[in-house]
Amino acid sequence: MADKIRVATTSLAGCFGCHMSFLDIDERMLQLAESVEFDRSPITDIEHCTNCDIGLIEGGVCNSENVHVLREFRKNCKILVAVGACAVNGGLPAMRNHIDLEDCLKEAYIDGIGVENAQIPSDPELPLLLNQVHPIHEIVKIDYFLPGCPPSADVFWKFLTDLLAGREPELPYELVHYD
Amino acid sequence: MSKTITIDGKKIPFSEGQTIMEAATEAGVYIPHLCHNPDYEPHGSCKLCTVSVNGRNCTACTFPAMDGQEVISESRELEHDRQRITQMLFVEGNHFCPGCEKTGNCQLQAVAYHLNMLDNHFPHFFADREVDASHPDILIDHNRCIFCTLCVRASREKDGKNVFAISGRGINKHLIVNSASGKLGDSDIDVNDCAAHICPTGAILIKRQGYRIPIGQRIYDHKEINEVALEQEREGHGG
Ligand code: SF4
Ligand code: SF4
Ligand code: FES
Repeated sequence: MADKIRVATTSLAGCFGCHMSFLDIDERMLQLAESVEFDRSPITDIEHCTNCDIGLIEGGVCNSENVHVLREFRKNCKILVAVGACAVNGGLPAMRNHIDLEDCLKEAYIDGIGVENAQIPSDPELPLLLNQVHPIHEIVKIDYFLPGCPPSADVFWKFLTDLLAGREPELPYELVHYD
Repeated sequence: MSKTITIDGKKIPFSEGQTIMEAATEAGVYIPHLCHNPDYEPHGSCKLCTVSVNGRNCTACTFPAMDGQEVISESRELEHDRQRITQMLFVEGNHFCPGCEKTGNCQLQAVAYHLNMLDNHFPHFFADREVDASHPDILIDHNRCIFCTLCVRASREKDGKNVFAISGRGINKHLIVNSASGKLGDSDIDVNDCAAHICPTGAILIKRQGYRIPIGQRIYDHKEINEVALEQEREGHGG
């Protein structure tokens, strides 16, 4: 029997909504599991992705760790896919892009309503925030894009079944949404 | 004797003085467009309607139809160019569709869907643009303006008011409002003006109606823009 297709997934500056939407393929997951095996993803306990066929990236890039993870995925995945509005164009997190970073932090950790013990987190273990949130194609080469906030379960299904069948993936009009 | 042009090999009659876009629309042939609206003087700014006429590229909305013209609209090259043009429009502004009231009803988005545009290709500008909410009934979100000048033309040609203009060039180009403060609230635009309703994107919005029609039940959630445009724009020509 041929080896299973290895798929890794991660969420960078995203809300995990795209992962939730992927789970909405419901019982089709069983069918997928026959040919697919998950590498790093929220359902495995793997910290670093190893050699994979497909990497699904949710979320844009907002901090140094996101850059690192994205580069690791690019290095290890044959096909890298931008999943959802944030990965494709920065999405709603990028709405902070014309607000000064210091102002953003102050609003969240100092001046925000209900903040107690106000201080801006500065632990050396925390990844540094970038000045702006970026879509992932600005950092590494991306092979496919699945738009949507989130892309529907049918988008994931159509894309993956096309790819697994060796077809060039195509989304029909009804499946292309930016919202 | 009636005069004809051909578009993608199809013979199309036209009357003297018509543009290629007008002849095409009347014949039920859709050429993608954003700054063109049959009710207003053509402006030729978005370049989305670029077609090849006898081997040279020009904008169908401004180019006059002439007997015997060979027009190509649906070649792979032109479709690729149109996708790149649309991607440029997206990265030049700040288009976050999930947070936009116009989503599903937006012509920019619908053209992008029609062109099967799945990504924005270019690095994003993330330009600093303002929101003007000074008017009691109308809102301008400059993040979404594509400088089609339809509001400029509508205010001048239909409302007789001259509320809008485009100022500056290139990256500094912006939509300005004709009032002492530059704010919409101090201009003489009224919520019933054509200019308040013509915007193809979510740049000019009427307040307090945002989500009356739920997302998912809006125009382009169900119909492609070629169908919608031909339905609406052929009426204007009595076609
Ligand atoms: S104006 Fe259109 S393209 Fe721009 S954000 Fe709104 S729906 Fe999206
Ligand atoms: S505000 Fe709307 S109608 Fe006016 S130029 Fe911008 S996109 Fe066009
Ligand atoms: S529609 Fe012709 S240039 Fe915009």
